[in-house]
Amino acid sequence: MAKANEIKYLTAIKTEKPKKKFCRFKKYGIRYIDYKDAEFLKKFLNDQGKLLPRRLSGNSLKYQRKVSEAVKRARQMAILPYVTDLLK
Amino acid sequence: MQNYELMVIFTPVLSEEEFKASQKKYIDFITANKGEIVHTNPWGLRSLAYPVQKKTTGIYWVLEYNAPSDINEKLKIQLLRDEQVLRHQVIKLDKYAVEYNTRKRSGVSTGTEKAVEG
Repeated sequence: MAKANEIKYLTAIKTEKPKKKFCRFKKYGIRYIDYKDAEFLKKFLNDQGKLLPRRLSGNSLKYQRKVSEAVKRARQMAILPYVTDLLK
Repeated sequence: MQNYELMVIFTPVLSEEEFKASQKKYIDFITANKGEIVHTNPWGLRSLAYPVQKKTTGIYWVLEYNAPSDINEKLKIQLLRDEQVLRHQVIKLDKYAVEYNTRKRSGVSTGTEKAVEG
């Protein structure tokens, strides 16, 4: 007979914690986000060219605002597309 | 006096001389209005991310300047009247932006390289 206090799980419980996200601007001391640098801005976009949420990118609010501003400037100057498929 | 950055997309049909002439026109306009040119950087012909006025390529030109704030309205009128200009954008640069641009020009690392890898 199994012991009464032995708990069995249907799925294995996660033992390792998910990696802590960080704001790369704070970590590397970047103070200005260049709208002309399309390759850098693509880090914060998904395949359709939409801006990734803070929940995924890990940016702090201050720098997320700056990223979104830079992306919008780049879009206006046709450096980045407004809508697309398979950006990366 | 403020630091500004102007980016202009010219039509791709311009010849090299016409491109130089239009650059000179705007530089002269800024210096005539008590502005100073900090740096000028012609990117040349680039493909656009989406068609603008039915054109898929454009000649990019980036100009950094230092000027009194009333210049931009006058400059805007000039740029909008110019039929060779597809698009333009004027950005006000803060002190971090100025530092970034000077570092980029002199080839010193701007700190963004690490973040790109990570």
